[in-house]
Amino acid sequence: MGKLNIVQAINQALQQEMEKDTDVIVMGEDVAKDGGVFRVTQGLLDKFGAERVIDTPLSELGIIGTAVGLAAYGFKPVAEIQFMGFTYAGVEQLFSHASRIRSRSRGRFSCPMVVRTPYGIGIKPPELHSESSEALFAHMPGLKVVIPSNPYNAKGLLVSAIRDPDPVLFMEASRLYRSIKSEVPEELYSIPLGKANIYQEGAEITVVAWGTMLHRAAEASEDFDCEIIDLQTIRPFDEETVVNSVKKTGRLVVVHEAPRTGGFGAEIAALVAEEAFGYLKAPVVRVTAPDAVVPMARLEDHYMPSQDMIKKAFQKVMQY
Amino acid sequence: MPKTIIERSETQFLQVINEKGEADASLMPSLGEADFKRFFETMLLARAFNNRALSLQREGRIGTYASIWGQEASQIGSALAFSDEDWLFPSFRESGVLVARGYPMWMLYRYWAGDERGMQAPPGFNIFPMSVPVGTQIPHATGAAWAMKLKGHKKVAAVYFGDGGSSKGDFHEGLNFAGVFKAPCVFLCQNNQWAISVPRSRQTAARTIAQKGYAYGMEGIQVDGNDIAAVYKVVKEAVDKGRSGGGPTLIECFTYRLDDHTTSDDASRYRTDEEVEAWKAKEPLIRLRLYMEKQGWWTKEYEDAAAKKAQEAVDADIKKAESVAAPDPADIIKYTYKDLTDRQKKEIKEFGWGS
Repeated sequence: MGKLNIVQAINQALQQEMEKDTDVIVMGEDVAKDGGVFRVTQGLLDKFGAERVIDTPLSELGIIGTAVGLAAYGFKPVAEIQFMGFTYAGVEQLFSHASRIRSRSRGRFSCPMVVRTPYGIGIKPPELHSESSEALFAHMPGLKVVIPSNPYNAKGLLVSAIRDPDPVLFMEASRLYRSIKSEVPEELYSIPLGKANIYQEGAEITVVAWGTMLHRAAEASEDFDCEIIDLQTIRPFDEETVVNSVKKTGRLVVVHEAPRTGGFGAEIAALVAEEAFGYLKAPVVRVTAPDAVVPMARLEDHYMPSQDMIKKAFQKVMQY
Repeated sequence: MPKTIIERSETQFLQVINEKGEADASLMPSLGEADFKRFFETMLLARAFNNRALSLQREGRIGTYASIWGQEASQIGSALAFSDEDWLFPSFRESGVLVARGYPMWMLYRYWAGDERGMQAPPGFNIFPMSVPVGTQIPHATGAAWAMKLKGHKKVAAVYFGDGGSSKGDFHEGLNFAGVFKAPCVFLCQNNQWAISVPRSRQTAARTIAQKGYAYGMEGIQVDGNDIAAVYKVVKEAVDKGRSGGGPTLIECFTYRLDDHTTSDDASRYRTDEEVEAWKAKEPLIRLRLYMEKQGWWTKEYEDAAAKKAQEAVDADIKKAESVAAPDPADIIKYTYKDLTDRQKKEIKEFGWGS
């Protein structure tokens, strides 16, 4: 055990999986010599060589599109896209091919690949570097979407994502990369996809969040009796844990930093309305970013749901 | 200081058998009577497949279909240059390629009748499902070829796309990666002059598509796509080069789509009868027949017998295609992921798909 940050935990997961399985390769822009723009892949080139840690052309469609062919042929590519906003260039490859080759070929071909990408607000970068588009990808059948919230689950979830037989979008909160450290076992371990983690048990409000917002929700919960669920996998998500918790607390607040309309909070609210309506004591409340494009640095703090907004949501549901 | 020339490129065109059926012996690959008969019989088979597909569509027995008429030399000449261990990435207009590789025709008819099981390539066929979005399959072939190289397998991947596909970003990114990583990939542009109603001249201001290979650091060559000997030769050389570590090749098969874009299209809205008639006179079966007749390898009786055999094979496969049990509705969901999600299990019950 040692205390690692998320960058170190992901790096360790990649190293250990690459040692274990020679079909795992890392590819992307600046991932080899430079170790990635966030240094997540640092040191891998020296350890595994240029055939397994590959600097590609500046070409997001090409990275994801060739990964489809590499994966179909037998590799397990872990492709890095430098920022979530740049995955859009490869969306057709993810939506029209990676996610559906198993179905289109009725199981004859598959696409066991991971696309890793930093997401979210918090590092004051240029435009399109702070997107939180998990709902867009989670809507597409055939894809899985995973968002870790700490070094421990970053390692365990990435290991599962690499071993998964289907394509996984692995979203890493850039704000959390180096801001939290936690104990991470040295040995290789995995955390199953599709399972939420009860971050904190509580009796009066179920709070569902992921990534950066999990921490903000936890900070806001001090004066409340909250059960905080770290969703971890957005698709397929752990319906049972969410529903059981709401049956216990009777209240639900969902917090995410993506815009509200069509955000994943809507899916969780709808599930609870369907499965736990009779248990609800208060309306479901979503605390989200507004329906607006992510602003640049000067305004980004205003865009993110604040602790104060989350507290107000808790107060609101406790009025019932 | 004066400007200096730092780079020049040349683009070659290859024809082996001309429109009169005369061959240039110095260019002819080592092919004998048996090879040409195989070409001829496979072309007859692909044409019989195609003609019946068109009639089945008119009868409402299959859905929209993309005809290969006019492109048989490009499709069959190339397909027969590959081995079974090579991986192919076809577009939707490659029925001739699949027929030539021995892909079960009844499965192709099932596919065109709207049944995904038709693209569940049987064991031994390394053929991806036909890509419907144009050009998007190009990077997949690059990736598979790159994988072969990384694993030290002496194989190639090949991808078929059209002149329209060469306008897509996927073309650029796929060829660019292949050039950079020297992936053993054969890029087969089927330049049939028309992308639905838009002519080749509107796809690129470049004189040829072949010359685009140059900028990706790979050889590009234009071949007479209605000359099966030339197509076979160029593709075979590209395959051999790829297998021996020489990297990718871009091949532009210069051919013509004699039919409408698909059965839902009416080509008379955008091109003249004169143009189509001129290309009909140049279609690939006529040329091959002329050449074989000159060699004493063709007689009317031979062709009639081969055509009859092709027709019988096609009829038997249609019968088989139409006798296959309807797909299980649960197939809709069960191949989304390797394992069903909990929600999908509930959905199967909700929809009453049972099993």
